[in-house]
Amino acid sequence: MLNFSKINIFIIYFLFLFVSFFTLLNFQNSENLIINKKVNLGLDLQGGSYLLLEINSDPLIKEKIQSKVITLKKLLKENNLNYKNFKINEKNLSFSINNTKKFELLFYSKKNNLLNPYINNYNAYELDLEIINNNVNISFSKFGLLTINNSALQQSIEIVRRRIDDVGTKEPTILQRGEKRILVELPGLKDPERIKNILGKTAQLNFRLVSDSDEFGVDKLFSENGEKLNISKRIIMSGDNLIDAQPNFNSQSNEPTVSFTLDRVGAQKFGRTTTDNVGKRLAIVLDGKIISAPSINEPITGGSGIISGNFSFQEATDLSLLLRSGALPTPLDVVEERTVGPDLGEDSIKSGIISLIVGFILVIFFMIFKYKIFGLVANITLIANLIMLVGVLTILEATLTLPGIAGIILTVGMAVDANVLIFERIKEELKTEKSIIHAFHIGYSKARITVLDANITTLIAAVILFAFGSGPVKGFAITLGIGIITTLFSAYFLARHLTSMIVLNNKEGQINL
Amino acid sequence: MNKNINFSSKFKTANLLSIILFLTSVIFIIFKGLNYGIDFKGGTLIELRADNKNVNISKIRSSLNALNLGDVNVKEFGKKGDYLIKIEQKTENNNKLIPEIKRNLTEKLNAEINFRRVENVGPKVSSELLQSGIIAISLSLAAMLFYIWIRFEWQFSIGSIIALFHDVIITVGIFSILSLEVNLSIIAAVLTIVGYSMNDTVVIYDRIRENLGKYTKLKISETADLSINETLSRTIITSLTTLLALVSIYVLGGEILKGFSFAMILGVVIGTYSSIFVAAPVLKFFKVNYKTLEKKEEKIVP
Repeated sequence: MLNFSKINIFIIYFLFLFVSFFTLLNFQNSENLIINKKVNLGLDLQGGSYLLLEINSDPLIKEKIQSKVITLKKLLKENNLNYKNFKINEKNLSFSINNTKKFELLFYSKKNNLLNPYINNYNAYELDLEIINNNVNISFSKFGLLTINNSALQQSIEIVRRRIDDVGTKEPTILQRGEKRILVELPGLKDPERIKNILGKTAQLNFRLVSDSDEFGVDKLFSENGEKLNISKRIIMSGDNLIDAQPNFNSQSNEPTVSFTLDRVGAQKFGRTTTDNVGKRLAIVLDGKIISAPSINEPITGGSGIISGNFSFQEATDLSLLLRSGALPTPLDVVEERTVGPDLGEDSIKSGIISLIVGFILVIFFMIFKYKIFGLVANITLIANLIMLVGVLTILEATLTLPGIAGIILTVGMAVDANVLIFERIKEELKTEKSIIHAFHIGYSKARITVLDANITTLIAAVILFAFGSGPVKGFAITLGIGIITTLFSAYFLARHLTSMIVLNNKEGQINL
Repeated sequence: MNKNINFSSKFKTANLLSIILFLTSVIFIIFKGLNYGIDFKGGTLIELRADNKNVNISKIRSSLNALNLGDVNVKEFGKKGDYLIKIEQKTENNNKLIPEIKRNLTEKLNAEINFRRVENVGPKVSSELLQSGIIAISLSLAAMLFYIWIRFEWQFSIGSIIALFHDVIITVGIFSILSLEVNLSIIAAVLTIVGYSMNDTVVIYDRIRENLGKYTKLKISETADLSINETLSRTIITSLTTLLALVSIYVLGGEILKGFSFAMILGVVIGTYSSIFVAAPVLKFFKVNYKTLEKKEEKIVP
């Protein structure tokens, strides 16, 4: 175990130097290096906001199930099926029917089924059917819901990204988490309230006429100054037709306003409506609330317009941002939020590094005190171990968190274990073995399995923690896990080679362990 | 160091102590429960630093009274002027709550307030976090069981799992007794303890197995004594260096890592104790001898 071929020595030190090179990159400031890798600091260390958003798909499901009504009624009529008690509920449609068998066949038909399309990817239908006596209940199947959620989620991620990019925070991370969630990380952000406000609005903008009568087909909404208005349900034009929106000032009153530009289709619709309805009022409705309901003084055919509504300039800016980025398909809820101020982050780095240095020094002195020259070997390996640990973190571009620093310190404490196991074994062998070289040889080979066993158990714990942990805890799992691997390498190759040099060059025949 | 300590004579006393500690922990965990942090219970946490010397706990509390927040917990946190406020979640989603709290504090305390940390965990997320924490710990116990099962004989597997449960339950029990907060980092600590305790047990078991083959005439308690003594200095040195690192985190690592490092310190102490006084006696209980190993003899010799 103490003989190393030249090629082995070369490989060991090459690997060490290769990994250490990446450690150095962290202390390099220039951006134009060919390899530009660095350990990222977690939000808990550099400060920033973490938001977990969840799409609330209930309104969307209601809307989607409603959209099935016409197809369903048409199907029933075409096949001469008489229905009674037709009801549209939050998540399902229900009615009663005499010939349930016939309906069931139609419902599950695989050919040209407009009502209930067959989803090939999932090998399943979009809708579920439940028949009790003559009562039929139609709702979305698990897979139907999955597709609704998934498309809503993808769309939401896109809109969230546009909105956040528009606000202009540095290096945001926006990722999908599971079936219904979006993770947003905003480094350096002190107060996430504005972002939360912006993401909290679906921003569904409608232009609808104010109706005189309160007959069927109107919504009763309150205007910006508390006036109760009947708003026609017919949507003239929606936010989808907007191509741009900018905050502006009204040239006369100097009030902040939002000016918008429409696409061709939008401009045509807007032109036609304003031409036909001069003198009437047009309500601008955002998320079910009236922003303003101005009178149409003259036809607007230029494809652009202005929204005024007692805004502050900030509100006008945010509204135009929302209109530019488009509407979210469904509301987003903030289900988890964590914000760390930059000064706490700095304090954490400081105390983390101080405790690392102190822990390190304590262990180093202890090892020298206990094992003399071989303690020195263990310490050199420990330093090499730390350098390699940071190097691997750099190669992986891992995120270093406060618990991650704790993981490094813990590695310092546990890394010496491998060397201790080996040294203690050698000590025992020295009691019975006359040849020192032989004792070292046996010591290393006998301790090998134990060292492996002992480290694999901790590695298992680290892997599971990585798989199930979230955020900062994941950072701990990463440093702990990588720490074990670099520990094994440094104890088994670096330390063994250093020990072999001492033992083989030892002329006095005395070993002080 | 005296390398001939008769550990096996103390097994009975130690086991009695372990059983008492274990049962006490179980009783506390069941009847007193754990002091879950917002990670697992949901709610809002605010760490603030006030520059005004007049700010104190009762003033913070009274400035929040108007908001009718329910259970509010305020305590000093580390340095003077640093406070930690914990508010239990009452409603599912209230995006206005945090700005409201911040505004109330700034206005009523009449001081420059630095909000160093603001966290809010909804009830849905918190129950998921708790669930995945429990899954992670169970899974790691199962993985350890599996590893030990393929590496050792069944008597050893049972011994190490008993030791593992002993360590985890007593550590969690102490958290219950002292009403210490259990949050995500405590789960990380418990998982690391699982790894560490296993590590310690494996080292002693490896040696017992080796010695069983070497000294076939010895009784299991003698083999255990011999093996524990042979590995004792390693056990002590590794525990010491790990504890040195952990104490350094506990003292200097800041408030956020206090709970984590405390749990780890407990775990290392209990884990070291259990690999000697819990894991080894189980082998004696099963009357393990060299014949136990015969079928797997080849595996032992490296």
